[in-house]
Amino acid sequence: MSRRAHIVGVGETQYARWGKITDTPEHTLAIRAILNAVDDAGLTIDDVDGMSSFAEDRNEAVFLAAELGLPTLRYANMVWLPGGGGGCAAVGNAAMAVETGQAEVVVVYRSLCQGQFFRFGNAGVDDWGAQTPTPTVTQAQNPMAASMGFAMPYGMLMAAAAYALPTRRHMHLYGTRPEHLGQLAVTFREHASRNPRAVMGHKPMNIDDYFASPMIADPHRLFDCCLESDGACAVVVTTEERARDLKAARVEILASEQGAPEGFAFGPFTNANVADEIYATGACEEMAGRLWGKAGLGPKDVDVAQIYDHFTGCVVMQLEDYGFCERGEGGPFIESGALAWDGGSLPTNTHGGSLSEAYIHGLNHVVEGVRSLRGESTSPVDNAEVCLVTSGACVPSSAVLLGRK
Amino acid sequence: MSERFFPDAMPSPMADNITLPWWQHAAEHRLVVQRCTACGATRIPPSPVCATCRSEESEWQEVTGRGEVYTFTAVHRAIAPDQPLPTVIAVISLEGSGGLRIMSNLVDVDPEKIEIGMPVEVVWEDMSEDLAVPRFRPASS
Repeated sequence: MSRRAHIVGVGETQYARWGKITDTPEHTLAIRAILNAVDDAGLTIDDVDGMSSFAEDRNEAVFLAAELGLPTLRYANMVWLPGGGGGCAAVGNAAMAVETGQAEVVVVYRSLCQGQFFRFGNAGVDDWGAQTPTPTVTQAQNPMAASMGFAMPYGMLMAAAAYALPTRRHMHLYGTRPEHLGQLAVTFREHASRNPRAVMGHKPMNIDDYFASPMIADPHRLFDCCLESDGACAVVVTTEERARDLKAARVEILASEQGAPEGFAFGPFTNANVADEIYATGACEEMAGRLWGKAGLGPKDVDVAQIYDHFTGCVVMQLEDYGFCERGEGGPFIESGALAWDGGSLPTNTHGGSLSEAYIHGLNHVVEGVRSLRGESTSPVDNAEVCLVTSGACVPSSAVLLGRK
Repeated sequence: MSERFFPDAMPSPMADNITLPWWQHAAEHRLVVQRCTACGATRIPPSPVCATCRSEESEWQEVTGRGEVYTFTAVHRAIAPDQPLPTVIAVISLEGSGGLRIMSNLVDVDPEKIEIGMPVEVVWEDMSEDLAVPRFRPASS
């Protein structure tokens, strides 16, 4: 029997604006999301023997396994790629575990309470901005901190500013316009309007609202930026053999890839010397080629996409990286209405994305990818068979291709 | 002390033994890049070995302090009290550096008038006796 990896369950907690979940610790949210996903799969927690997460998750697998009462923890894995680039890689690592027999049932989880810890949008000052009485150079404890030394003295501590840099250059090189970014944000908000889980589902937005939102880091207005959220989600990965016996529709992990281009490090956030050829991109093109090659598919085979949307410009560049349009044509591609659920050629972020559903470091995009193939999305795409899910771009990234069986 | 552009409370850099010499040169108002003495490739940030030939041998090469704007953003949210807004963060292509860029700020400039490719020159800001930070402004000629 086949050990091909499948996603058989998805689940989440309530999603809320940052700071709205104060009395429930992050690891409790993780546990609830995992139990919901396991239940969705028709499994019990006693079936789970592996755990996988990413982005320096505070909620370590060994503690969750003990709190959940896992009979045995055979596999526990954390992706090394920093930040939201690792979500799909965590799914890929779960797939590797079950396909190689290191585990039978792996839960991939992410829990994030920005209200209980520091807010990403608040520039990470709490993390990086420790001040001495007199300005001086302080000790860096690791290569990441040493590279931050070449960004932080200039006030570069905020992702909205970091990813404005490649987006600004993309606008310079290709004529991408604020109207393109705005249409993207409006489209995802429209998708969120049907999604009861979406934090912004009850707040309609039109292009005038977009242009009225305050400038954060030019060209990023407030509505170009993802939400800051509290919540957790999880997906359950197991073998085809196990999946056959379960109640839910099976979704196969057709391919997964991760990585970073040569010399990329953390990307344009701290590295001013990202290669010129890939500076105004999501830095995913080479990885995308590996992904298509492994699956034997191409961009034309994708019926629905869930694309990591920390910032609008990063989606524009990913659309080009993954070959949905030519380099530099991301703006006009959006202008064509391609991303719209209703009639678009590439319905994208049918849950509303991180811009309008919630920011759970993009693992909620994997959840929505599964729902879109099961026909359970609140913005369903008829007969969708192949879904691309991507993780954070302009950082070391990862992606999965999912297929309905 | 030199002209001041930003408050003391701006984040100070962190460095390890590999990157600290760059900041020591900066304290003397010398803008440098790390140059591999085996193959001549230059790099920033400083790193333990040359990524081209893997030699550990390197020297510090001073550059002119002139360059041009590669990309930029005008930031409208402060991270330090009394920080002037908008703060312009830019990536600068450095003349004579072997094709390297650094991140910095643009000062003495109207953010609306910044263009990619604009020529700029370094201006040192002494944050304290121990720390000087390179900023850039439009080139004087």
